Order: sequence, then structure tokens, then C-alpha cells
Amino acid sequence: MNTLSLPKFDAVSVGDELPPLVMPPVTRHTLAIYCGASGDHNPVHVDSDFAKASGLDDVIAHGMLIMAYSGRVLTRWLPQSAIRQFQTRFMAMTRIGDAITARAKVIEKREHNGERCVVVEISTSNQHGEVKTTGSALLVLK
Amino acid sequence: MIDHKFIGYRQAPFEAEVEKGRLRLFAKAIGETDPIYSDEAAAHAAGHSSLPVPPTFFFCLEMERADPYDWFTDLGIPLGQVLHGEQSFTYHRTAYAGETLTFRAELLDIYEKKNGALQFLVQRNFVTDAKNQPVAEFDRTIVIRWA
Repeated sequence: MNTLSLPKFDAVSVGDELPPLVMPPVTRHTLAIYCGASGDHNPVHVDSDFAKASGLDDVIAHGMLIMAYSGRVLTRWLPQSAIRQFQTRFMAMTRIGDAITARAKVIEKREHNGERCVVVEISTSNQHGEVKTTGSALLVLK
Repeated sequence: MIDHKFIGYRQAPFEAEVEKGRLRLFAKAIGETDPIYSDEAAAHAAGHSSLPVPPTFFFCLEMERADPYDWFTDLGIPLGQVLHGEQSFTYHRTAYAGETLTFRAELLDIYEKKNGALQFLVQRNFVTDAKNQPVAEFDRTIVIRWA
């Protein structure tokens, strides 16, 4: 099995891109499983009647599902114990059929509380290039 | 409109046990392929004491309260008009399956945009372990569409 090791601070440069995460299209089944697994039972994500009564065309994905995809870009690159901060701004609703790709890029190298860190910018978008989330993370390197 | 008097509103502390089964289901739900999040032997081999709590899962644990939207009811927030605006996490250490974590939530801020058509509420959760040591904090910003 492949155990992730911490990237070396000196080997990482501003502008480096992390391997992107490409997900299959979101289905109602995706949202049903996430509803149960996450404990977020807000009907707007799984009940199209409720969504329509709330003024939406159909159910929308949980924002936190998309943030979890962003998190996977980080944890595929380094052990999660390296993550000090992680934030996401939800820019657009994710709908049924949206295929999400999550990307991350190193935008800064700096010290934080005596640790050598990088800041990565993270974004997610669908197959049409519509941005769903933007965000960042502060990661400690070796 | 939600009255600004609710800034500082606190919920009763809530305890959640981190269960392996829930972590496995969550791994499936987000398409996780790294076995350390679902297979305890793989987690051990990678140096973990059990299945780690993935980065966004604290948000889910807090949702295990009997009614995670009870504070929406208390403050008069209409569930169908709520969007998730922003979410952030600060981590102090990795948490693991088998731990019992305590969540203390406080409403940090309420503000308006677009002449009150949109209202923003910022809630912070403080997560501590059985020894009352900090594990994480997370801030949720919700947006209410009033118009």
C-alpha cells in the first residue's frame, strides 16, 4: 500500500498544481447517499417537491459534498495532519448532472506559527467551466 | 429578518461519538478511494490509531444533534430559503473513530447585503476532546434569501 509522505517545502514552488480530482456527474443517488452519510437531511437536497416549493427548479447538491471533493485534492497530495486551515466559498449551486473537477495550486510559501507552510488555492467547476466553489488551505510541509 | 440581538446566541453543548460505520459510509458518499478512510488495517499501516475523521466530517458530526436545525426554528430561519455561503475549518490535530467529541456552537455575526434581500449568519463551532483539549473549530456562514 502507498502511504503518503509530506512533500518537502524546498521542493514545492508557487504555481505548482496538485493533481486534479475528476468526479463523475452528481446524481440523485449521489445526494441520497451523502444525505444519509453526512447527517444533513435538509430536504432541498433530496426531495424535488420541497425544492420546487422553495423556488428552485430541482434538488441541489449539498455544498459540503463539493467541499469534501476539494478536501480530497488535499488528502491525495499529503497526509491530512498537514492541513492547518481549510476554507471554501460556495459560488454557485451544484445540480444533477454536474460533473465536478476540483483543482488546487500553490499560491504562497510562508512561515506560520514557526512552521514552513504553503497556501494553496482550491476551486471546483463543472463540465462547462462554471465555478462552483473557491477556497484555500494552509498546509504544513517538511 | 433575523434580529441582531441573536449575535452571541449559543446552543447547548453537544457530544458526538465518531463511529467507524459512519466514516465508511461517508467515504463512500464522497467517492473516497484512499483505504485509510474505510479500512482500519490500512489506517494502522499508515500510522493512524484508527480511521481518521476526514477534514469536512466535523460539520457532519455536529449534524447528529436530535434536530440539527433546531436553532433555525429558535431564530425563525426559513430552511427552504437558506444557502450555504462559506465554510472554514481550523485543525489542531487529527481526530479518530472511537473518540467522543464535544461541540459548542456560538453565533458570531449577523449582517445584511442588497438592502436586506440577503442576510448572512456566521456560526462558529468549537470542537474539543474527552480531555477538553481543542481538536478543531469551524465556521459556517449561511445566507438567507428574503427576496
